Amino acid sequence: MSGMIQEEPLIFERSADGRSGVDLPAPPPHAPRLGQLKPRADIGLPNLSEPEMVRHYTRLSRQNFGIDSVFYPLGSCTMKHNPRLNEKTARLPGFADIHPLQPVSTVQGALEAMEQLSGWLLTLTGMAAVTLTPAAGAHGEFCGMSAIKAALTARGEARGKVLVPESAHGTNPATAAALGFEVVAIPARADGRVDASDVAQRLDENTAAIMLTNPNTCGLFEGDTCAIAAAVHEAGAYFYGDGANYNALVGRVRPADLGMDVMHINLHKTFSTPHGGGGPGSGPVVFSERLAAFVPVPYVTRAGERLALVEDDDAARKDGVTSLGRLRAFHGQMGMFVRALTYMLSHGGDGLYQVSGDAVLNANYILARLKDVMSAPYPGPCMHEALFDDTFLKDTGVTTLDIAKALLDAGFHPMTMYFPLVAPGAFLIEPTETESRETLDEFIEALRDLAAKARAGEKDWFAGAPYSTPRRRLDEVRAARNPVLRWKKGA
Amino acid sequence: MRYLPLTDHDRKQMLDAIGAKSVDDLFRDVPAEARLPGPIPSLPPHRGEMEVERHMAALAAKNLAADAAPFFCGAGAYRHHVPAAVDQLLLRGEFLTSYTPYQPEVSQGTLQFLFEFQTQVALLTGMDVANASMYDGSTAAAEAVAMAARLTRRGKAVLSGGLHPHYREVIKTHAALGAFEAAALPPSILNAENPVHSIDDATACVVMQNPDVFGQAQDLSPLAEACHAKGALLIVVVTEAVSLGLLPSPGGMGADIVVGEGQSLGNGLNFGGPYLGLFATRGTYLRQMPGRLCGMTGDVDGRRGFVLTLATREQHIRREKATSNICTSSVLCALGFSMHLTLLGEDGFRKLAALNHARACAAAGILEKIPGVTLLNKSFFNEFTLDLGRPAAPVVEALAQKKILAGVPFARLDPGHAPATNLLLLAFTELTRDEDIERLAAALAVEIAS
Repeated sequence: MSGMIQEEPLIFERSADGRSGVDLPAPPPHAPRLGQLKPRADIGLPNLSEPEMVRHYTRLSRQNFGIDSVFYPLGSCTMKHNPRLNEKTARLPGFADIHPLQPVSTVQGALEAMEQLSGWLLTLTGMAAVTLTPAAGAHGEFCGMSAIKAALTARGEARGKVLVPESAHGTNPATAAALGFEVVAIPARADGRVDASDVAQRLDENTAAIMLTNPNTCGLFEGDTCAIAAAVHEAGAYFYGDGANYNALVGRVRPADLGMDVMHINLHKTFSTPHGGGGPGSGPVVFSERLAAFVPVPYVTRAGERLALVEDDDAARKDGVTSLGRLRAFHGQMGMFVRALTYMLSHGGDGLYQVSGDAVLNANYILARLKDVMSAPYPGPCMHEALFDDTFLKDTGVTTLDIAKALLDAGFHPMTMYFPLVAPGAFLIEPTETESRETLDEFIEALRDLAAKARAGEKDWFAGAPYSTPRRRLDEVRAARNPVLRWKKGA
Repeated sequence: MRYLPLTDHDRKQMLDAIGAKSVDDLFRDVPAEARLPGPIPSLPPHRGEMEVERHMAALAAKNLAADAAPFFCGAGAYRHHVPAAVDQLLLRGEFLTSYTPYQPEVSQGTLQFLFEFQTQVALLTGMDVANASMYDGSTAAAEAVAMAARLTRRGKAVLSGGLHPHYREVIKTHAALGAFEAAALPPSILNAENPVHSIDDATACVVMQNPDVFGQAQDLSPLAEACHAKGALLIVVVTEAVSLGLLPSPGGMGADIVVGEGQSLGNGLNFGGPYLGLFATRGTYLRQMPGRLCGMTGDVDGRRGFVLTLATREQHIRREKATSNICTSSVLCALGFSMHLTLLGEDGFRKLAALNHARACAAAGILEKIPGVTLLNKSFFNEFTLDLGRPAAPVVEALAQKKILAGVPFARLDPGHAPATNLLLLAFTELTRDEDIERLAAALAVEIAS
């Protein structure tokens, strides 16, 4: 690399004894009170000054794509713009510099923010109860499925089976398995959706729940959803909705009206809190009346003017709740709550209605403008993401991966690839509502150009892509066969 | 609406290109009865930055921020000074607005700092390998217990009474819902317990916190030996990462898995989240680890580079056979942790830890002289427990009215344990000033005497 992008060594390779990035006062004289313990020996941390540290991380940042710099249409990830007002409000000392275990009398504003966020989520989803505590989507799934297990236990039943469509995110079967459920896969129809009769056939007295993502991971609305909900309820089971794709529905379709009993919501998708390179997220869960009595602790309650926290199972019992227990320390991802609430207030009910409308419009525009040169396994309309398979690459020697890597050279982050598995060589494109028509047109032209190049027999050029990125294709086999997971002196 | 670039003109032209009559037409697969005719009327309309900022600032102003009061709360969340450069750099959009680094060619920034983070965590904990972070310390602890069960093929976890009660409850929730048993020893200060007696043939692991929730620091080496003699693993929980700059490393004491809360470095209090879980273990246990791992490799031009690796443990590949369901973790919080530790360096980190201990020693010397107050700890790092001789919660509430945030009543964490009602946990860091301690001591003396 040269010019704008520089090579950057590891912090361990930049270290020099005698440097420091802080000026701390010397500890005053004191008699240590460490009991029998002796102070530890050398740790081996590197020593850098502040200018070196700032340059190190600035240079590293420049080796990343982010939504701020490029179109990032990762399907199922909802990479929408992250408003900077959210960052500003989350940093107000009244939110950022308060301790989770301060007396509740000193954090009434924080509890009020949580109450307001809860109110928005309940109104938007039409559900009966909400918990804010889960740390991310998969944690929310664990919470929701735990509530189902707790409800079954309360009914004196030990149902062992969970139905999961083949196209589901991996977290669904992993969550069900972590709770000791057996996972039964449901195939999709030729039109990419789950058929209510396929579900009905697999339902029995041992079925605890179905986990259904709607819109599904093909970007399609599950049209049988109400019939599926009815059949599931008829069998005494519960309907878990995976809200990963809630951005297609927000403000416009309420999950309660689709028969869901429980759904997690990724604040880091639909409600614009930043993904941060892989978290932190936040995964509130909403519940129907059937599960409302099984929420985890803690939760916020109100008595007149005063807000309080119910923090343990005994206190919850007095409140009429058979809590499923505690899922994490403290109360939840407050920093994310503040950002999400800021976003909701900014958009309002009218803005959120427009959000889902524009998200779906953008995806359909991409589908319409690319389906003549790429291959769409399902006709439109789609919801918030457009799915293509690799049929159009047949006999070209070019793969889905090659197209994705070539897109990097064109200045776009690729779409989600090879997922869902039901579409061979899948390209899953989620533009979100925060992209302009001009950006979509540029992206469409880039993909049309690549599709033409593939047909023109340029497979060798594709195999070498990307050419202009900070690194070219990396050897993942070597990384897995001979794992080097940390720096070592002299290694 | 400022976050939506499409104009009405765009929308019309795009609908024409699609061949649809209206946006609502695109939603035709949704049952008509579930489609709302327009915005939900009970929600307010969109608002500008100024109005939203005022609304949020009004809520924030109702809270007593730690910088506005002498502050002594800890119990798993600690207030440290975060250097200005950390937050400035965290706001760089390339870090803030990127996704999990699935495309390594355009994610070397995230991948390299994760490799550095993993190394830092391994060094601090004294272990061979660390992952790229978990949600927080408590969920990391629950994952560690599940991992120990897989490794030993045994189903029982023995939880020390010195374990943070929230961590204990999180592990118990996972145990009750999953397939293992968690036997919690009663809360115990003064190291009255001996978990060795609770180990049997079914015991997968013993979970110890150091310093424990009461602030007591101890040598876990004898316990590690006893665990290993009985075929069980020792899991060590660290909720105050700064303690690792002064106390012997858990790995050095024989821990098999070390989990921790990393909030103390690079991350503010944030009313309890988001934080980051630290997770480290022995190299031989690598393939049973949960979470993401970043590894070093090379690109086709022979240059050093980094990728996410060993993903065959993870849910997006293994589905129901994965080691955990975790997907999104706490990468940006891990970056804050790593940046702060980079600024501190070896010398700064050790000095910071010594400073924390010195502040706590100074406070102990003053507070233990208050009539009616007993310091229970034989040892501590930057946090200790006082027996006030009367219920602690009303005392803390009374001091809060005087704008002193006087620590955490143990009963707040563990209301079910009546004998602990009088106990107060107090933490001291480099941010604690002499005058803060003096104000606390004076107010506490008045309150105890009343």
